[in-house]
Amino acid sequence: MISLNINGKARSVDAEPDTPLLWVLRDTLGMTGTKFGCGAALCGACTVHVEGKPIRSCSTPVSLVVGKKITTIEAVSATPAGQKVQAAWAALDVPQCGYCQSGQIMSAAALLAEKPNPTDADIDDAMAGNICRCGTYPRIRAAIHAAAGRKGE
Amino acid sequence: MSLVTDPSRREFLKTGAAVGGGLILGVVLPDALLRPAGAQAMTSMPNAWVKIGSDNSITIISARSEMGQGVYTAMPTLVAEELEVDLKKIKVEIAPAGEPYINTMLGGQITGGSTSVAEGYDKLRIAGAQARTMLVEAAAQKWGVDASACRAQDGMVQGPGGKTATYGELAEAAAKLPVPKDVKLKDHKDSRYVGKPINRLDTPGKIDGTAEFGIDVKLPGMLYASLAQCPVIGGKPASFDAAKAKAMPGVKHVVQITDGVAVVADSWWRAKTARDALAITWDEGPGKALNSAGISAALKAAAAKPGAVFKKQGDVESGLAGAAKKLQAEYELPFLAHAAMEPMNFTADVRQDSCLAYGPTQFQQLAAGVAAQASGLKPEQVTVRTTFLGGGFGRRIDADFVAQAVEISKAVGAPVKLLWTREDDMTHDFYRPVSYHQLWGGLDAQGRPVALKFHLTSPSVTSRLFPPFIKDGVDPLMTEAAVVPYDIPHQFADVVIHDTGMRVGYLRSVSHALNSFAYESFMDELAAAAGKDPYQFRLALLDKQPRLKHVLELAAEKSGWGTPPPAGRFRGIGLMEGYGTSMAQVAEVSVTGPKVRVHRVVVAADLGKMVNPNIVRQQLESSIIFGLGAVLYGEITLKDGRVQQSNFHDYPVVRMPESPKIEMYIVDSNEKPAGIGEPGTALVGPTVANAVFAATGKRLRKLPLRLA
Repeated sequence: MISLNINGKARSVDAEPDTPLLWVLRDTLGMTGTKFGCGAALCGACTVHVEGKPIRSCSTPVSLVVGKKITTIEAVSATPAGQKVQAAWAALDVPQCGYCQSGQIMSAAALLAEKPNPTDADIDDAMAGNICRCGTYPRIRAAIHAAAGRKGE
Repeated sequence: MSLVTDPSRREFLKTGAAVGGGLILGVVLPDALLRPAGAQAMTSMPNAWVKIGSDNSITIISARSEMGQGVYTAMPTLVAEELEVDLKKIKVEIAPAGEPYINTMLGGQITGGSTSVAEGYDKLRIAGAQARTMLVEAAAQKWGVDASACRAQDGMVQGPGGKTATYGELAEAAAKLPVPKDVKLKDHKDSRYVGKPINRLDTPGKIDGTAEFGIDVKLPGMLYASLAQCPVIGGKPASFDAAKAKAMPGVKHVVQITDGVAVVADSWWRAKTARDALAITWDEGPGKALNSAGISAALKAAAAKPGAVFKKQGDVESGLAGAAKKLQAEYELPFLAHAAMEPMNFTADVRQDSCLAYGPTQFQQLAAGVAAQASGLKPEQVTVRTTFLGGGFGRRIDADFVAQAVEISKAVGAPVKLLWTREDDMTHDFYRPVSYHQLWGGLDAQGRPVALKFHLTSPSVTSRLFPPFIKDGVDPLMTEAAVVPYDIPHQFADVVIHDTGMRVGYLRSVSHALNSFAYESFMDELAAAAGKDPYQFRLALLDKQPRLKHVLELAAEKSGWGTPPPAGRFRGIGLMEGYGTSMAQVAEVSVTGPKVRVHRVVVAADLGKMVNPNIVRQQLESSIIFGLGAVLYGEITLKDGRVQQSNFHDYPVVRMPESPKIEMYIVDSNEKPAGIGEPGTALVGPTVANAVFAATGKRLRKLPLRLA
């Protein structure tokens, strides 16, 4: 059994140590808010926070996050940055198909936690790893600026 | 594979007839699916669109699948406007397969073709008004008063003397009343929702992770499947050794199905890991001979054949012969993958006498028909449930993954969720067709075009999915946007259908993107040959086309056409008519070495009435950014029958840093709504290519644009 700290709760799971965290979340724990997009850390759909930093859970063996604080989309509203980001996402109606948005929100929340007032260049850097095939990028950018409390450029 | 041409399936399939004025596609419909499941039992369902609970809950049915384009909001908006209910208090359900939900512009229960709002605009408002009228009449009968003394508001009927009744109290009686024939729809000025930029109803679930996509489906006792398919599309397993896979943790079954070998386990990761341990010998089939260079050569050779004519005006050959200046050019486009963010998946639960097929589909009836076939059950024993779609873009019109999930569930006797890897998805797509376009143009002594000839050679998707709708050699879904109605006296356009041996499917904007790239690039070439400004050159040909002329002028004005762009930037312009929408774009690009950067796109569109301007703006942004990926990067190539791209590292798409600033100007209109999810995807191609020409003097006639 592997012991994990997910969204402030201790969880015990039966999984091979090299199982990616994504599949422990989705299939073992039934937390399906975190999505599978590429399996190779290329699209960002599976982004979660480990100790507040964004990581790609599809390519992170569960053994590497034992004892660390894991936060997923299901609980990001409990963080100050996550709450702001979700409120801005709702106000600006960011999602379209919505599939990538959990990952987008997790990346944006991590950005704002580190840089409360990001520039467009900061947004490009922090969000370049998150693909959205619907092309919600203009609204994501505007929503990050809005969450930071200022209008976009 | 085609359901229509497979005689074994004819007994339970019938060709759907379309009503209404749109494009008519023949679609295979299992007879038993023509009635919504359980509709008779729902006494509180005044019609197919509205369910009213005795607890006053109001559910509005969306007959279209939500794949990002906003129908989960727009469809109920149309019903709610006339039904007089609070849009914020309703629930939305995606319809089961059923006759009332057929898209009359497409002839089947299909989400596609940018038709949802255009097709539903009158129908859904009328349905809402009919249900409201029946509720009012039920109240009037209950109170013994005339219906004209009663009015509906916010889910209640109010009558004389302060009488009120909720819709929930009236629904059962209302459902027994005759459906009124003539109902009056609201004037635009009285609209509460239609035309207002209201926020989407699906947003809350899409920002907290609770929205249910296909990949999220859970059924009691469900197992997880990963399917090894032949690396050459169409190939089948010849033999396999599953000993190693079967010994791996969590593995429950290894089964061979039509398309490959499936590993079924207690989690998807375990299934996928064990699948990688299978040793399979494939019978690769004829597809193994396919290579990109050979496909391109055969396409060009096929272009020598005479085409089927779809546009003829004047005498193009004499027009060309008499021209002061003649021009000829060829354009070529590659295969493209859809690459929706949610890899293909479906969940199936096949029992002795029932089959549930549950997941993301754009075509409920095809999913149902395929599930019936794969399960060996009768169509009336099949139920299709539709989740949110993590992108569709046309890929989820096909139902290969539905058949696979059903076959696996049947083989193992348990509910199974089949999920493809990204690599499966990239290498087993139904690809957007390659295309080869030859154009000839003639200018008179004043530099005005007098003749234009367009010859297209490309595979047909319709010949696989809807063959009856190819008429006299013309596939109407290959010839879209092949002509912009410029005032050119001599015009001719024809098409050669050429099967490359590679399977193809509809992809967002379908043939508009292929044809518009060739046509509007060529118009730019003609303008350059005439020594004229590309905007003025087009404008002079639009006196008979006020809508197109207006959007072209609007885009030019708003983009600052004719004024110097910022240093290092260059502008290109394009114009198109598609899905009933008139659209012009101006792109502003810079070029550094071989790299094209699109900084700004100005788009002007006339799409008639907007049901929801917020969603229209989303779709304009979305369509342009999606299309830009195909312009800058998109290309699927084949070597020895194998697709060479596998994931986002070798099939790049637009990311945040490359996403341009998009400025939208939408013409205010109360005309019938047109489609807006797709035209922008097509038009961004020639617009950017024309800007690259302005920047470099190089005319790039292939996509993706490559300067090196």
